[in-house]
Parts: sequence; C-alpha cells; structure tokens
Amino acid sequence: MNVTEANSVVLRKLLIFTVIMFGFGFALVPFYEKICEVTGLNNLLQADTLAENTQVDTARWVTVELDANTRGLPWQFKPLQSSVRVHPGELTQVVYEVRNNSDREINGQAIPSYSPQLLGKHLKKLECFCFSKQVLKPREVRQMPVQFLIEPGLPTDINTVTISYTFFELGNDNTASLDINADQI
Amino acid sequence: MAAVHDHDIAHAHDHHPTGLMRWLTSTNHKDIGTMYLWFSFIMFLTGGVMALTIRAELFQPGIQIVNPEFFNQLTTLHGLVMIFGAIMPAFVGFANWQVPMMIGAPDMAFARMNNWSFWLLPPAALLLLGSFFAPGGAPAGGWTIYPPLSVQMGMGMDMTIFAIHIMGASSIMGSINIITTILNMRAPGMTLMKMPLFVWTWLITAYLLVLVMPVLAGAVTMLLTDRNFGTNFFNAAGGGDPVMFQHIFWFFGHPEVYIMILPAFGIVSEIIPTFARKPLFGYSSMVYATASIAILSCIVWAHHMFTAGMPVTGQLFFMYATMLIAVPTGVKVFNWTATMWRGSMTFETPMLFAIGFIFLFTLGGFSGVVCAIVPIDIQVQDTYYVIAHFHYVLVSGALFAIFGGAYYWLPKWTGHMYDETLGKWHFWLSMFFFNLTFFVQHFLGLAGMPRRIPDYALQFADFNMISSIGAFGFGLSQLLFLYVVLKCIRGGAKASAEVWEGGKTLEWTLPSPAPYHSFETPPVIR
Repeated sequence: MNVTEANSVVLRKLLIFTVIMFGFGFALVPFYEKICEVTGLNNLLQADTLAENTQVDTARWVTVELDANTRGLPWQFKPLQSSVRVHPGELTQVVYEVRNNSDREINGQAIPSYSPQLLGKHLKKLECFCFSKQVLKPREVRQMPVQFLIEPGLPTDINTVTISYTFFELGNDNTASLDINADQI
Repeated sequence: MAAVHDHDIAHAHDHHPTGLMRWLTSTNHKDIGTMYLWFSFIMFLTGGVMALTIRAELFQPGIQIVNPEFFNQLTTLHGLVMIFGAIMPAFVGFANWQVPMMIGAPDMAFARMNNWSFWLLPPAALLLLGSFFAPGGAPAGGWTIYPPLSVQMGMGMDMTIFAIHIMGASSIMGSINIITTILNMRAPGMTLMKMPLFVWTWLITAYLLVLVMPVLAGAVTMLLTDRNFGTNFFNAAGGGDPVMFQHIFWFFGHPEVYIMILPAFGIVSEIIPTFARKPLFGYSSMVYATASIAILSCIVWAHHMFTAGMPVTGQLFFMYATMLIAVPTGVKVFNWTATMWRGSMTFETPMLFAIGFIFLFTLGGFSGVVCAIVPIDIQVQDTYYVIAHFHYVLVSGALFAIFGGAYYWLPKWTGHMYDETLGKWHFWLSMFFFNLTFFVQHFLGLAGMPRRIPDYALQFADFNMISSIGAFGFGLSQLLFLYVVLKCIRGGAKASAEVWEGGKTLEWTLPSPAPYHSFETPPVIR
C-alpha cells in the first residue's frame, strides 16, 4: 500500500469518527434526560408520590409565598392568596388564576422555580397545573390548584420559602416537541 | 516504506504563482503555516484591542467609555477571538511549519485540504467580527454562549454560531491532516517513541480536537435550531434544560483548554533541552503524561458548573478527577526542571519565554487546583480569581510558549537571526506587565469582584487601576514583537543551519531559511 492510499484510509476513519462524535453530541440529550430521570434531579413536570404516613410537625410554621409571572404572552396570572402558612408535612392546596386577555387561543406552559433552591428537595407536589400545558380560549379565565406539602426534613432555619411560576407561550411548532420532552423529563 | 514523493508539489515547481494567488492557492505547508501565524497575530491584536477597551472602562469605577451592553459584547468577543482566532490557529501554524520538518516528511498528508482549512478561517473571523454590526450587536452572554441568553439574542448570535461551525470544520480538517501526516509520513526509522515531543503533543491534541470539536458543533447546532426552528433542547418553556447546554458545552470546553496548552508543552519541551544542552529528562514519561492529561481532560468538565446545581457525589467526583490532572502536569514540570538541572544553560529569548512559561504556568496550575476545591469554587465562581487563573495558563502559558516557539524557529523560517536585545526587552516587558495586570486580579476575585461587569464597588478601585496600567503596558509591548518579527524577515545576521548549538531535531539539519521543498528524499534516522 503506498502512502497516498494509506493516507486515504486514515482520512476515512477519522471522518467517520468525526461524524460519530457529532452524533454523540446529540445523543447526550436523551442520555442527560435519562440520568435526570433516574436520579430524580429534574422532575419538574411530574407529580410526586406521597410516602404512606407523613408526620405533620405542628410545632413549626413555614410561610409559603406564592409568586406568578408571565413571559411573552398576553395572560394575566396570579395566585388567589399571596402567601399561606403551613406546618411541615401538612397537605395544602392553593389556587392560581389565569386569564387570557387576547382574542386568540394560546398554549402556555408554566415552569416552577423555588427559593431557596434547597426547597426543591423538600417540596412534594401531588397536583399542579405545571405538569401539563394549558390551552386557554380567547378571554377564558381558569382557576388551577396546586396541591403540595413541605417535608418535615426542611432545615429548621428556613421559615419562609417562595414558590414561583412563570408561564411561557408555546407556539404550535413547540407543542409536539413539548409532549415528547415532557414524557422524557 | 514507499518513496515519499508528492507529484503535485513537483508540478508546482515549474510554474510558481506569485503575489496574492501564491497565498490563495498554496498547498505548501510552510506557506500555510505562515498564513496561520499571521492570521492568528492579527486576531491577537484584534482581541487585544477589545481587552484594552475593557480595561480602559475598568480603569475607574463608574461607566466612562462604553455602555454596559457594548462592554458585554466586548468580553464575549474577546474570549471567542482569542481562543478560536488567536491561540488555536497559532498552534496549527506551528504544526504546519514544524511537524513535516521534524518528522522528515516533504509536506502535510493532504496538501489541498490544508489550504482549505486555512482559508475557512478568514470568512469565519469576518462573520464573528461582523456580528458587531448586526442589529442587536455581537453576542453579549459570555464566550460560553449559555442559554437562555444565547437563545434570546439578536442575529449576531446566529453569525457567531456559523463562525463557530466554520472554525470547527477548519480545526477538524487541520487535525485530520496532522494525525495522518504523523502516522503515515514519518521518515524511515522515525518510530513513534523517537518523535520530537512537539510532534507527540500535537498528535494527542489533534485526537482531542476530532473528539470534541464535533460535539461543540452539535451543541451550537442545537442552539441554532432552538433559536430559529422551534426546537426545545435548551428552552425551559418547551421542556428543555439550559443546564444541559452547560454539560454539552463543557464536554467540549474542558478538553479545549488542553487543546490550547498541550502544543505549548511540546514547544517548551523542545526549547528547554536545546538551551540546557541536555536531552529532555524523562522523554517517555512526558509522552505518557501528555496522554494521561488528554484522557483525564474528558472526565472533568462539570468542575466548571459546581454552582449550576449538582448532587454532592457529582461534585466530589469532578473535584477529585480535576485534582488528579495535577499529577501528570507535575510530572511535566518536574521533567523540565530536571532537564535544566546541571545543564549548560544560556538565556536567549526562547529560553527566557520557556522558563517564564514554566514559572507562571505552574502558578496558574496552582490557582486551578484551588478552583477545583468545591467549597472554594462556589466562593470564587465567576469572580476575577477565575479570570486571573485562566489568564495565567492561557497568556503566560499558551501565549508565552507561542512567543518562545516563534523566537526559537524564526531564524529557521526567515534565515536571519532576530534582534536578541529587542527580543529580551519583549520578554521582560511582557513578564512585568503581565504580572502587573493579572496578579492583582487574584486579590480582586478573592474580595468578591464579579467578572463580566463594567462597574465595580469603590473598594476595588486601586487594584483595577493597577491592572489596567499593566494591560496597556502588556498590549504595547506586543507591538515590539511585531517590530522584531518584521525586522527579522527583512534582514539581520545570517542564521546557520544549526542556528542553536543544542538543537537536535531534524529541522536543524536543513539550511536556513528552510527550502520551500524539504525532505523530498526522506532523511535517514539513526
């Protein structure tokens, strides 16, 4: 085999390797989602299951502040109560209200955010409007519950926490991919 | 081994294009190496002007010179231009010039592709710099182009994404060329373990490049489709995850920092033995250390993300893996020092830069180990401590090695000796002003000054003023380098074939300047 042929062989191998690595970059996406699912790192869109008998710690009060935002869509979004006081371990329900101020049907998806970050570990949500996309007809008003409890394991120096939701608009293109991703997350 | 004879080149002998066409159509590794080096120097000055504008703004507290939006564009583009425009092409330039000469090959394996990999770079640079003039300006979310900012920005971001695609393609083509040249075109008798260390480090670097550059291409492609085609890889609203971008980006990004330092190790490993007049201490351990660094570099990426949210187990793994890299790096520093031990050392400019490299790179390595410690990293994340750390490894590391290599091989490339006095001035000015600029930034970072912000609290004023003075001194000193190089090209004392007394690699057997076509008959390696 002369040098030119030998070179072409190496070239071909390296090009194939490059293409594989390009694919590997994309393969990292399902891989990452799987890891998050297995380790439970990123289950924002899934309901938690409740342990059989949760102790209610009646000696402690935690103030839960509720926050609501919209981003780039003509909706009015607010909690019906700005904060609630709960005992750790106590199942609580709060209600958010959302109103479509426009004359078109809009798909929205709410993404939660917690403060302090640590709350994410100790907050169990049994029901939430953020688990699925919300479709609001023109001028529709909807009241949506969130059912949650804060585990007694929340460090005792934390007395006030914030649960915040932000609604993003989903275009029609995005809807399909949301469903796929929501299943995987 | 078959006769190493490239017919294209023999053909080019007959009618040799001149002027612009010579450079546009050149397939000669020396021409292409020269173009890479000039391109990277122009990019270095461009990125340098951005850095000086940043430092001018930070000279005093408050907003004086540029508005915050433009400041953010400058920090972003400074990083991208220096990494993809200056440091990486400079090393590819060295590889083009030196790899064929050091292994006794007549040219690179794929001469036409070599021409392509260079000529992709200027359009990419134009796209990148042109983003300043796009509506909304250049990307301003930092060189790491994290979403959500990079998903929201104007079309300057799309231009940057395309520029990264093109530069990535150029790097991959260059790497394939280098790997093939090294694997297939060595002179008879030049076994892998007889190769000069510069060739070894480039072989490993080129493998790293084909490993991670396509992953970056994938990441920016996902950004592009998120921005323009309604996908939701990183868009939280659509069920994507911005943190995932950080993982994919740093899977590329961490090997990338070794891509920028391994060839520097190679250059220093050539310079030190020459001026110590001793063979390199621990050659095979150098090779294995380089390979271990490259392998380890692929499993430490998340140490850039300790504050992005990660289980403690993950943090511990990435912390220990990162610290492990200090071991092979320590082996290298030890070997360089041991090479100098009891050598008959002389201190010409290349040697000064190499010793400056060892000293300051090690310092940057130590602050890197400090940053690897999770609790400390959480404290110094995104502060000037990190800025100081990576400028110690990239400026006094990669860049000093590039300067050292340039002085070391300039006589071989031009046939003239450079002006030694001015070269030494260049080194000492760079050394002084570099430390003036960046050493104080450790203190700023430890005191809590955040990076990428155009204004700062009054308590940081003094150190910032010192740093800015240093930066302007450093920037102006580099014009001296330009002058020395131009002077060396135009004339000077005639360089001998050997140039340096202690040079033992193959390029020193060629006359100076190295003939346009070298080693058309392979040399005999004893």
